[in-house]
Amino acid sequence: MQLLNASGCLDALTAPEVASTFDAFVTKTVTPERREGNPPVRIAETDHGMLNAIGLANPGRDAFLEVTLPRLASMIDRPLWVSVGGFSVRDYVETCEQLTRSEVACIELNLSCPNVDEAPASAAEIVRACREVAGKPLYAKVSPHSWDMGETVRAVEAAGADGVSMVNTLRGAALDARLRPTLARGTGGYSGPALKPVVLAAVLAARRATTLPIVAMGGVQTGRDALELIACGATHVALGTVLFTDPGAATRVRAELAAEATRIGFDRPEDAFGAALESVVNVAN
Amino acid sequence: MSKPRRERRSVLAVEAVGPYSLLRVERGGVDPGVPGQFFMLEAPGRVLPRPMSLCLAPRGELGFLLDAIGPGTQALAALEPGDALHVFGPLGNGFRLDVSRPLLVGGGIGIAPLPFLSEALEHPPALLGFRSEWHAEAAALLPNATVVIDPVLVTDALPRDREVLACGPEPMLDAVRAICPDAQLAWEAPMACGYGACYGCVVEIDGEMKRLCVEGPVLCSS
Repeated sequence: MQLLNASGCLDALTAPEVASTFDAFVTKTVTPERREGNPPVRIAETDHGMLNAIGLANPGRDAFLEVTLPRLASMIDRPLWVSVGGFSVRDYVETCEQLTRSEVACIELNLSCPNVDEAPASAAEIVRACREVAGKPLYAKVSPHSWDMGETVRAVEAAGADGVSMVNTLRGAALDARLRPTLARGTGGYSGPALKPVVLAAVLAARRATTLPIVAMGGVQTGRDALELIACGATHVALGTVLFTDPGAATRVRAELAAEATRIGFDRPEDAFGAALESVVNVAN
Repeated sequence: MSKPRRERRSVLAVEAVGPYSLLRVERGGVDPGVPGQFFMLEAPGRVLPRPMSLCLAPRGELGFLLDAIGPGTQALAALEPGDALHVFGPLGNGFRLDVSRPLLVGGGIGIAPLPFLSEALEHPPALLGFRSEWHAEAAALLPNATVVIDPVLVTDALPRDREVLACGPEPMLDAVRAICPDAQLAWEAPMACGYGACYGCVVEIDGEMKRLCVEGPVLCSS
């Protein structure tokens, strides 16, 4: 079981000491062109979560490869996962082709950002095209909006994905006191504690559909949360929103996870893998 | 620059200052930093912490001035002596203190960092604007202050021969900047992390996106 950060939630060049607390560091999404991101306001807290509309702010592929990636490689003594985004199959393919450095352990295809307007091609189509050119393991990061997570996961697996990351944020909105959307963009990605039941259900459905590794994320605040995801069939867990409250969350969650597993009677957290699936009763439609 | 620390500290008191609340927290091993820097305060029951600049730094204490207008600031203002909260800081860039003939300019809750700044600069003159006499009670937090009350604005009374260090609502900062282009201005934006991780707190200044938590909150436009 590896503990990762959720893509977009941590800038390792600004906070390398936080990035180094993870087993691997996942970059913010890289797109072909530089993106300033969305205009402010980009952040809104809600009662049980938060909305963001950052809009994939990033330096663009060339600057990422020439400047950001070498700096990350020298500053972070951890395997790097590069999150790749785009607006066409070609966008993804051309970035994957160039991710050849040995420090890049994995490519996570961001197939599910709710904060950009352009609809990407179908997830499976992107995975299939990237698989042909990428020299690294490919993880498909999928949206929680999928009605049938099992079908989504089977499709990206058939296209050649080596693993699945789930889930990205849910699309959401919040209104201010005068009934105007709080975020300048109107809507954003909803994350935080409110997402946990959504992710548990997504991982349960995905694990019934595949034996691929699953990086599970969404609302993890404690070791108990991480253990629940492992019990649903996650092989790895990522932390996102909790990092904004607690930059030391990785170290804390790791310790809590070990203690909680022991308390319930497992020697190691991994021993709880799939425990929740065993007791699910299959009901005929 | 002092290294930020995150510690769970006890509340010493929450005192009313006009309509505002002064939250006094035990300092522990947390460094107060430079005036204008800020701290992320855990807001009980909320998902995100709240960024607050340090208002007062008496020995062994950190003092934060809040305007309890939303769920986070209301939760902070409702804390009681002995309650504990996580305090993370100091964060961001504070005011440059190598100034001659400084003038502190504040508007409303934006006066929050000025008492600590006033002390660091040995009590220079200050010009503070408030929307009512009641709000203006907060002017007692710093000596040597001239107060104007709405509809009079700080920019109506702003001398031109001073180095201005200002904090207040965005329209006030824009107006101050138009008169004093070299002013050091402390800006505000909704924040999630406070340490440069999330890119949530950008403000657009002269066409450029600035992450306030790491590039600010004090920015000098020229």
